[in-house]
Amino acid sequence: MELDPLLLSRMQFAFVVSFHAIFPVFTIGLASYLAVLNGLFYRTENPAWERLAVFWTKVFAVVFGMGVVSGIVMSFQFGTNWSNFSFAAANFLGPMLSYEVVTAFFLEAAFLGVLLFGRGKVPQGVHLFASIMVAVGTFISAFWILAANSWMQTPVGVELIDNRFHITDWSEAIFNPSFPYRFTHMVLASFLTGGFVVAGVSAWYLLIGRDVRANKKALSMCLWLLLVLAPAQALVGDFHGLNTLEHQPTKVAAMEGNWETSSHTPLLLFAIPDQAAQTNRFEIGIPSLASVILTHHPAGVVPGISEMPPEQQPPVWLVFWSFRIMVALGFLMIAVALAGLWLRRGGRIYEHRGFLQLLRLMSVTPFIAVLAGWFVTETGRAPWLVYGMMTHAEAVTPSLTGGMALFTLVGYVAVYAVVFWAGTYYLTRVVRNGMQEGGEEIKGEVERPMRPLSATHTPFDDVSTNPSK
Amino acid sequence: MGGIDLALIWAVIIGFGVIMYVLMDGFDLGLGILYPFAPDEDARDVMMNSVAPVWDGNETWLVLGGAGLLGAFPLVYSVFLPALYIGVFLMLAGLIFRGVAFEFRFKSRKNRHWWNRAFCWGSAVAAFAQGAVVGAYIQGFAVEGFVYVGGALDWLTPFTVLTGLGLMAGYALLGATWLIMKSEGYIQAWAYRITLPLLVLVLAVFLIISLWTPFVNPDVWERWFGHIGVIWIFPALALGCAVVVYRSVRQRREGLPFVATLGLYIFTYLGLVISKWPVIVPPNHTIWDASSSPESQLFLLIGVLFVIPIVLTYTAWTYWVFRGKVKVGEGYH
Ligand code: HDD
Ligand code: HEM
Ligand code: HEM
Repeated sequence: MELDPLLLSRMQFAFVVSFHAIFPVFTIGLASYLAVLNGLFYRTENPAWERLAVFWTKVFAVVFGMGVVSGIVMSFQFGTNWSNFSFAAANFLGPMLSYEVVTAFFLEAAFLGVLLFGRGKVPQGVHLFASIMVAVGTFISAFWILAANSWMQTPVGVELIDNRFHITDWSEAIFNPSFPYRFTHMVLASFLTGGFVVAGVSAWYLLIGRDVRANKKALSMCLWLLLVLAPAQALVGDFHGLNTLEHQPTKVAAMEGNWETSSHTPLLLFAIPDQAAQTNRFEIGIPSLASVILTHHPAGVVPGISEMPPEQQPPVWLVFWSFRIMVALGFLMIAVALAGLWLRRGGRIYEHRGFLQLLRLMSVTPFIAVLAGWFVTETGRAPWLVYGMMTHAEAVTPSLTGGMALFTLVGYVAVYAVVFWAGTYYLTRVVRNGMQEGGEEIKGEVERPMRPLSATHTPFDDVSTNPSK
Repeated sequence: MGGIDLALIWAVIIGFGVIMYVLMDGFDLGLGILYPFAPDEDARDVMMNSVAPVWDGNETWLVLGGAGLLGAFPLVYSVFLPALYIGVFLMLAGLIFRGVAFEFRFKSRKNRHWWNRAFCWGSAVAAFAQGAVVGAYIQGFAVEGFVYVGGALDWLTPFTVLTGLGLMAGYALLGATWLIMKSEGYIQAWAYRITLPLLVLVLAVFLIISLWTPFVNPDVWERWFGHIGVIWIFPALALGCAVVVYRSVRQRREGLPFVATLGLYIFTYLGLVISKWPVIVPPNHTIWDASSSPESQLFLLIGVLFVIPIVLTYTAWTYWVFRGKVKVGEGYH
């Protein structure tokens, strides 16, 4: 079998960017949470807030570090595997990505150090300010990168001359039609991620009875937040979908698994899309509901995938199922938040062991939902890379061979496997050692400020088994 | 853009970024390369501690360079990266391992030797790959129109292997002189001992590369021997710096060897830039061919001009805070 550089490049990009994406969503959510905690401590002087802030700052440091390492790879991916695209879209993409990097640097340069190491060394107000600025910085970072991505989905404000995009209107290109929806949806996703992870860890600490007072506060706060955010996300998602219907009807058709343009279209709960036969097998659906959701009328017309010739269709099963996973998790999150509200009566949220265990498990769901969402968005636009203007095949590096692409794909998987293992392993240790009343600083390591991971003091492995030293 | 040549401004910015990166990440990569040869584990602690607070900031210049190239000179980005595909991967993998080793080595006890290895190999591979990029730049690329058309390993020639090894030696020299400045006692004595052999090695490699270059790329020959002799000032100054390194090591000076080594690289770099100017994607494309549209260059310039002074200030401040010797068994407080 011929190795296809295009397919391999897509796999590689999907792998590398998915790997990268899980860190920023967590950082964005956590940065805001830290700002809130620091703010609460500033206002109330309640040490519980400070203990929470100290602990979550450590987690933030590790996650941020991993995000930076994987982000560096990202900024070279466009050139190595998508050089035609980079060259063609550089007038827009270049400034957007550069501004993301520039924002990140600015952040790191000016405020990150103060947030991570400044507690007790700078005035409390300054520390709070730095914390807020880091949070703001993560939004600005997301702003630029999502502007770039949204523009690829709904490109406007440019004209194509000699195979190169030239900007005709910057603000039109940046605030392109899908950008407001994507940005809001992504910010909410980040908050949900932060919220569910904090809730899950707090629940676990409550289960083992560690620093109960502070963790009760954290859990209660998170659950109020999730009660607002989870439904809001569904609402924003709905608007996002309606907007997509307008600009990328085929993507929506694939999300609904709807092959033929039709009215009274059912909402499919289950189906196995069969792209070769251009139909679904084992359909189970609720009559007319898709029409109602998308057009607000049972007789509304929903576009079909077969409006496009087969070679211009996205991989339907992937879009269809990714979408279902995301939405199902979204509703699960709403349900959990409501259950939390219910259990508040009589303070049972802090005692109900089943619920606390459930929260623990829930902390992985936002990551899955985020990746599923990106898979919908990114695979749903196939075969276009810049929608309606440039296809994947036109974008890939012409000199790239299958062998080269395979080599680096395997390479990145191997490198990330090691890094991810070390990071996750270390993060679990940080969580295990965290939040112990009466000081958990481990002696023997001196502080070397300015680097994210120095903010934690947890050893990587057990100190006791040490033959040589 | 009446009168302002944005491409020129951007060339200066990117050129500045590159040399900042080479000098700053150079010495910490160099320490990684010297790692296996260090006298003992305490010395390794000191070596790593001496760069721990700054390496991360040093690497930011690389990312800024990558993104800046896409924004300002997309042709460079879309030719260099495909042409150096495998090399870029190796460099990134090296930098990742090294970055992670920085973070985890101090937190490990029984796994420490693994992180030592990751640090050393990561540094060595990254340095080699960067040196090979320089060699490939001197060699030129197979470009048709605006697209790279060569093969996966065209960049890997005896010449680029030499430049790769050369840069490794160069970084090691920077690392050694940095260590002279930052350490004391037996560690410093070791650093003094290895500096002179490294200096000889670096000069030898530079000499071979200089003699070889005209065969690899005749235009460079033309530039050096056809034109006015003013450009000879750069190799002369570089050689002057080498002499200063030599003498200051003999006199056991502490800061001067490092400063003079920086000078050695700055002048070599300027010499290289001059021999290519204004070609940025060799053999044929100049900075003006490689530019993005003026509006994009301007749009980006605003942000970069705002941020670079801040990054520089911050960098200077960090180096100031962490000035002075690093002692065995002690990091920074
Ligand atoms: C600035 C642009 C940009 C941004 C912010 C993202 N992507 Fe993307 N994505 C692309 C630009 C892109 C692309 C260059 O357009 C790709 C590369 C190859 C391709 O198929 O499209 C792509 C492909 C791609 C694919 C494979 C699609 C396919 O093969 O059909 C997946 C699964 C993702 N991306 C997932 C993500 C995730 C999880 C992101 C979260 C950060 C993300 N993308 C952000
Ligand atoms: C696919 C395109 C992307 C590229 C090329 C990219 C590139 C980068 C780079 C180079 C860094 C490291 C900067 C540093 O050294 O500090 C970084 C970090 C970051 N990225 Fe991305 N990124 C991408 C996608 C995203 C997306 C989709 C988001 C969020 C919605 C995002 C948010 C962030 C944030 C908040 C950081 C700060 C550091 C961190 O969280 O670890 N990025 N990115
Ligand atoms: C509950 C109902 C939800 C609905 C109706 C919904 C709707 C959508 C739609 C239609 C898209 C694709 C838009 C496009 O490509 O044009 C999308 C993408 C996405 N979703 Fe959701 N979503 C929901 C829940 C969630 C949840 C809970 C998360 C994560 C915590 C999430 C994260 C994402 C992400 C990261 C993307 C890709 C980025 C983007 O295009 O915005 N979604 N969502």
